[in-house]
Amino acid sequence: MFSLLIFVPLFIVMLINMPFGGIRKSAYILAFLLALAQIVFTLLAFFTPLSPLSSGRQDILGNFFNFRIGVDNLTLVLLFCIGLTLLVTLLTGREVVVDQRQRFNFVNLLVIAMAGLNGIVLAQDIFTMYVFLEIAAVASYILISFQKGILALEAAFKYLILSAAASVLMLSAIALLVLVSGDTSFAIISQALRDGSGGFPVKLALGLFVCGFAIKGGIIPFHGWLPDAYTEAPAPVSIFLAGIVTKTLGLYTLIRVVTVLFGQAAYISQILLVMGILSVVFGAWMALTQNDFKRMLAYSSISQVGYIILGLACGPGWGLAGAILHILNHTVFKSLLFVNSAAVETKTGTRNMDQLAGLSDRMPVTSFTSIIASLSAAGVPPLAGFWSKLLIIIGLWQAGFKLVAVIAVLASIITLGYLLSIQRRVFWGKLGSELLNVKEAKGGIMISAVLLAAIAIGVGLAFPFIPAAMLNSLSSLLGG
Amino acid sequence: MLGHLNLLLLIILLVSALWTVLTRSLIRSAIGLALTSAVLAVIIFRLGSPLAAVCELSVCAGLIPVLFVSTISLTHPRTQAEKLEHRRGRLKRFIFLPFVALGLGLFLSLMKLPLNIPSPLAQRVYDVREVIWNMRSLDLIGQVIIFLAGVFGVVILLKEIKSHE
Repeated sequence: MFSLLIFVPLFIVMLINMPFGGIRKSAYILAFLLALAQIVFTLLAFFTPLSPLSSGRQDILGNFFNFRIGVDNLTLVLLFCIGLTLLVTLLTGREVVVDQRQRFNFVNLLVIAMAGLNGIVLAQDIFTMYVFLEIAAVASYILISFQKGILALEAAFKYLILSAAASVLMLSAIALLVLVSGDTSFAIISQALRDGSGGFPVKLALGLFVCGFAIKGGIIPFHGWLPDAYTEAPAPVSIFLAGIVTKTLGLYTLIRVVTVLFGQAAYISQILLVMGILSVVFGAWMALTQNDFKRMLAYSSISQVGYIILGLACGPGWGLAGAILHILNHTVFKSLLFVNSAAVETKTGTRNMDQLAGLSDRMPVTSFTSIIASLSAAGVPPLAGFWSKLLIIIGLWQAGFKLVAVIAVLASIITLGYLLSIQRRVFWGKLGSELLNVKEAKGGIMISAVLLAAIAIGVGLAFPFIPAAMLNSLSSLLGG
Repeated sequence: MLGHLNLLLLIILLVSALWTVLTRSLIRSAIGLALTSAVLAVIIFRLGSPLAAVCELSVCAGLIPVLFVSTISLTHPRTQAEKLEHRRGRLKRFIFLPFVALGLGLFLSLMKLPLNIPSPLAQRVYDVREVIWNMRSLDLIGQVIIFLAGVFGVVILLKEIKSHE
């Protein structure tokens, strides 16, 4: 029944736009319930036995419409992250997007984006994946610019142009794969590639895919659009983009296509290692130099995504399991930091950290949760981020990339440095006279922050009790 | 002879695409788009996909430019001062493009890449209705959702700008 995760959002978008009295007013509640249902549904699927991984599961809608979807543990992690990020985005959006008409449009676009993201992770066909990728991308351009700020429109345009380039690269790669294998389904392409047909065109397709997905994922050196988009988008949209959109569009696709479809050849690992370490180091370095709260978080995202790429470069095993776990952890702590920035911006009217100080007295919950998120991002035990980074470092060490492992550990210190600079410049120190009347964020922002901080702490504390077999199963991917 | 025709079509495609993005007039840009799509349709037809060529010709070369021209006709033309401001330094931004394209072409030709792209495998020819409704139904649903997203984009970004005015 996983195809419901594509059809129900579509149905809800159509329903809330029907000209029935009062149905528009229910849009927010319906979207909220949809996000909640996806979280519950995914958790149930994860903790009930999935053996064999449910690629062959009967799907009534799939049978009716004659299409095939697939679910493995990576899919479930992503589906959970999509549900969680949507929930937090909606909660924050309720406080930030106050105009009723704008909020209605915002909810519509979020639900459309959700259908697209769910479609990407469920697709078992390279062209279907591309179609759903475009859905999420189109919804994202509009979400970034829906409040029509001039800088937001510029950021959305930049994202649109670079995404168009990524689309050309991906479509060219798909065309090459069709020429080699004669089909677009993962299973047939994978089989054809294992049979050794292809040669240079296959390598060319791989290169085009890596570049296309790297643009979508904002991986260095293809990150040009990301800092502007994250910074200029409305606060809840920044949460959505950083929490799940770039991960699904760039990282999930990279894992699914490059690692599973093409297999983990040595030259692929080398390419991923270079991209990963560049993202880790330069992202962290650039974050250190920022004054804008959200822009710093944007560069921080580039750096953290680099860790995921490094885990991916290790291939199946602890590295890949760590990468998948870091996707979940990054969703949690980066969404939390963006929620914190939304709270600060809403209450003080600025994101410039030079104009802020001493807010911990006025915003104790925001301050505390931002410390949790910062420590988790820096990989401080026993928070969730520590465990995923540890698995990635172990994976790198075992794979023989020892120098890269050392650099990744050292980059974590830079991460701690810039995230503590947020604490020092925004929350600690002497409160300025113009900030005396600032109060703690309430409602949805507060609930989001507490929920995400609880997950970051809970996953961290529960991690040592997770059986090794379950962790190993994270890197058992369909077709892998 | 046929090879020369292909080369000629590609050159026309390139020139019309460049004209589309470089011309100062939006109307000419829309016409350039129609011309580019029409040439592309001929290329697709010559590659053996008549249905895709017809779609390209009717939608991309026909419908979309008509929509663009209709929309442009509703806008106010630029003032002379705005035109001058826009013209200033415009070509400078793109002057490097032909050199980059030429350099890239030379580099790739000198590399002598083993571009032994395989010919398409012999396949059963399917009826287009079967492909769309039976074989690619999830893609069709995806297209519906993209269309919905596009409608929201137009409503949100264009309609409300009008209401602000």
